[in-house]
Amino acid sequence: MPFVKARKKVERSPTASVSAAHVFETRGLTKTYGSGPSAVHALRGVDLEIKRGELIVLLGPSGSGKSTLLNILGGIDRGSEGEAFYEGSCLTSMTDRQLTNYRRHHVGFIFQFYNLMPSLTAEENVSLVAEVADDPLEPREALSMVGLGERAGHFPSELSGGEQQRVAIARAIAKNPNVLFCDEPTGALDSKTGITVLKVLADLNERLGTTVLIVTHAAATAAMADRVMHFSDGAIREIVRNVTKADPESIVW
Amino acid sequence: MRTIDRKLVRDLWAIKGQSLAIILVQAAGISLLVMSLGMIASLSQTMEAYYDRYRFGDVFASATRAPILTLLEIRAIDGVAAAEGRVVGGGLVDIPTIDAPVSASFVSLGEDPRSELNGVHIVQGRRPNPVRTDEVLVLNAFAEAVGLELGDTVSVVAYGKKRQFRMVGTALSPEFIYAIAPGAPTVDDDRFTIIWAPKEALEAAFDMDGAFNDLVVRLDRGAGEAEVTARIDRVLSPFGGRDAFGRNDQISNKFLTEELKQLRVMTFLMTPIFMGVTIFLLNVVIGRLVQTEREQIGLLKAFGYTDGEVGLHYAKFALILAFLGALVGWGGGLYLGRVITRVYQSYYSFPFLIFETDFRTAAYAFGLSLLGAGVGAFGAVRSAIGLQPAVAMRPPAPERFAKAGGIFGAVSKRLDGLTRMVLRQMTRRPVRAGTLILGIGAAMGLSVMMEFNRAAIGQILDVSFHVVDRSDLTVRFREPLHERVTLELGRLGGVRHVEAFRSVAVSFRHGTEEYLGGITGVDGQPRLNRIVDESLRDVVVPEEGLLISSSLSRLLGAEVGDVMTVEVREGRQPSLEIEIVGIMDAMIGTPAYMSRSAINRLLLEPGRVSGAYLASDSSALAALQRQMKEIPQLSNVSARSDVLTNFEELLEEGPGTFRTIMTLFAGLIAVGVVYNGARITFGERRYDLASLRVLGFTRAEASYVVTGEIMILVILALPVGALIGTLIWSYISVAMSNELYQVPTVWNPAGFGAAAIIVLLSGAVSVLMIRRDIGRLDMVSALKARD
Repeated sequence: MPFVKARKKVERSPTASVSAAHVFETRGLTKTYGSGPSAVHALRGVDLEIKRGELIVLLGPSGSGKSTLLNILGGIDRGSEGEAFYEGSCLTSMTDRQLTNYRRHHVGFIFQFYNLMPSLTAEENVSLVAEVADDPLEPREALSMVGLGERAGHFPSELSGGEQQRVAIARAIAKNPNVLFCDEPTGALDSKTGITVLKVLADLNERLGTTVLIVTHAAATAAMADRVMHFSDGAIREIVRNVTKADPESIVW
Repeated sequence: MRTIDRKLVRDLWAIKGQSLAIILVQAAGISLLVMSLGMIASLSQTMEAYYDRYRFGDVFASATRAPILTLLEIRAIDGVAAAEGRVVGGGLVDIPTIDAPVSASFVSLGEDPRSELNGVHIVQGRRPNPVRTDEVLVLNAFAEAVGLELGDTVSVVAYGKKRQFRMVGTALSPEFIYAIAPGAPTVDDDRFTIIWAPKEALEAAFDMDGAFNDLVVRLDRGAGEAEVTARIDRVLSPFGGRDAFGRNDQISNKFLTEELKQLRVMTFLMTPIFMGVTIFLLNVVIGRLVQTEREQIGLLKAFGYTDGEVGLHYAKFALILAFLGALVGWGGGLYLGRVITRVYQSYYSFPFLIFETDFRTAAYAFGLSLLGAGVGAFGAVRSAIGLQPAVAMRPPAPERFAKAGGIFGAVSKRLDGLTRMVLRQMTRRPVRAGTLILGIGAAMGLSVMMEFNRAAIGQILDVSFHVVDRSDLTVRFREPLHERVTLELGRLGGVRHVEAFRSVAVSFRHGTEEYLGGITGVDGQPRLNRIVDESLRDVVVPEEGLLISSSLSRLLGAEVGDVMTVEVREGRQPSLEIEIVGIMDAMIGTPAYMSRSAINRLLLEPGRVSGAYLASDSSALAALQRQMKEIPQLSNVSARSDVLTNFEELLEEGPGTFRTIMTLFAGLIAVGVVYNGARITFGERRYDLASLRVLGFTRAEASYVVTGEIMILVILALPVGALIGTLIWSYISVAMSNELYQVPTVWNPAGFGAAAIIVLLSGAVSVLMIRRDIGRLDMVSALKARD
């Protein structure tokens, strides 16, 4: 953990029982926007544990807190109260610089709107991230993994939505992340393209053992997860463990 | 307030930083405009009123000694409304607190203050009693500078005799608004004065009983100046009458009109630069606004707002900014006007000089601002009008980029991803990049111009006071003396070297051209007051014939080999034919040189000298100057160091103040353009920046996508600005050069450096400002909001 001093972490949270067996662990994680009567409680005390290599689907209606949780675990937002740990390091007490480092070296993001750099080609979008990672994949290799080896030289404006999303996935996996955060990865895609994308995610999880967290409100996606966390009103209402994971191709929505 | 106008106010507030930058750039331009138009109006109106109220002459002439009766003849000339004969003469004043004797010009007062020409304005005290021969008026600025009080005794040496006068008042006159000593480079309050005395007193002092040696004439409205001067010359020629001349050649008036001309040149040059930058900024900012508000425009149109209403809405953005800019500029202009008025008051003596602006100035300021707003917003307003509601509500098509080909492609392959992003963004919008480069270039250009101005002034001073004049003291005689006087000067304590010169006031005539100037006669190769050309090499004055400056050659259209008519305006006033044997590039003035023996021979005055340059031990300088007070033959004594100090002070006050203002404004333009450019790139790249941050790029790395572009633009703008500045400067140096001084067009690489530093610093300030904005970027919300 080059980005967090372990001793400091222990001092800050002496009561936390942290098991490094879990990639993520939260204790009473709360997120409140605003204050007083107009305060919005996006998360109301979430406790969870996520094991290495799990594929988790976070399910729930808009505003239920699933994206907020994802953002906090991904290090782009901070909780208001409670604690969140990544491999035993306390995310909620990290400095800005430490969080940047965390995002840079440990996690990959996939968004609903792809968030590619329009001025860079598919390959360049991938190498942009590979250039700053510790042990990156070859950009070409990452693109081949998502089936886009042929389209490497195209700009985002020359790619379809599904292709753009696959470039985003290639970009996320190119740095060999421990965790992949996907916020509505199929939200802007038609079902056929969506399934292609989900297949790539399942495949990564399977082959590389990458922990994958998918936020979605498409309930059918749940079938491909190890565990499904149902959100409502800023809290986890139910956690369902799938005995058998479904192949994304069998998902219909 | 209509709701759509409320939206306008809130939108303006949302981009308040950019709005402020535009308002300030505009305000800077308008304040310069208001200041200079106001100053031109105030100066010329004050001048006119002053001239009129104190009956400033239209035509002037001098004579050796003309009987009073000739005035009747002159008054009878057609077109002459009034004529007055005066007694004038030079002298030295002994001010105990000043080592050197002070040069003075004595001028006789008219009998009736209500009708006297070139009338005096009493500042303190009263006019001398006409029957008292010991009462005088002294130039107000001088009295203040040396601390003379009413009733104080003033000791003078005039016409070779020592006299005591009592100062009963201090005064000003339209004749001496710019009160410069003959031969001096600039005004010097404590080294030159005018002393007015009743005519009778001066008749006695200068041996002019029943005569006059100076003529002031007021013309009838519409009278032909040329005819009157010709007839005056005929009347006065038997009495040593010199060429009569009009106001254009009156020295004080000449400086004032030159000043007005220079103010006009500056206004003419500066206004378009500032206007241009404001138009650029409005164009870029309103253009961007329409782009980000596409959906809102579609919505407004879908709700039934007409194209006209929507267009007007965006035009109002520009108009409001322009109006505010004009308003702030107006206030700034009034303030600057007061500042500059104070500066002018140290050069020019007016009984009153109030900075005032008129309706015309206001019309220009506000009219030009609104016009600029219209031009700046035109493109954006047109595109807002042209947007179809349905099209407007669809998100814009994804930005298309292309890879660079050829050598750029090869270079691009070697760059990192972020730099590639920066370059592709820039090349995707070449017009905007070009506009920003021009805007920053304008700032650089202004700075270059100011640095060149500083260098030019520095060079003039350096050449004049270190290369050319290497004397310690210059003395001039009341009238040419025999050269043995140089031996006497050499015997004074501390004098190491004496270098005599002969100077003759002449009127050059060549073809139809005529120019009032002078010929300097020198011995061999002068060392204390060198004659050098533009490359600062010593120029050898030929044994025979005339060596003239190229500036004089241009004025007269005279070439080497031409024979020029030289009408001598002193002594016996012969008319000489002299061949031009050489032309040199002089940096200052319009000199003409001959060997002293040659000019004396032509004048039939062998062995005469008009003055001398002295080198002395520095420890002896003060004592030497005090001794000069006792030498009645002197008309002027000046120490090089005093002249230089005074010159530097005046330059600091005048051009220095102006330069400070302009440098500030140049910085303001740079900040305004760079900040707006950066803000817009930031707005467009917000989403990318947030993505980069999420991907784990540090704040500095992400900021580079915006700041990198800005830095490249600034760097590209430097050579553009250097070119703009050089062009403006070469125009200015020609437009502002005149027979009084040539502005050297110095190629000054250090000036580029200094200007670049100003622009880079301003750029750095803007980059810091934008870095702060980027630091505040909220990743989560930036990812949600797409435009």
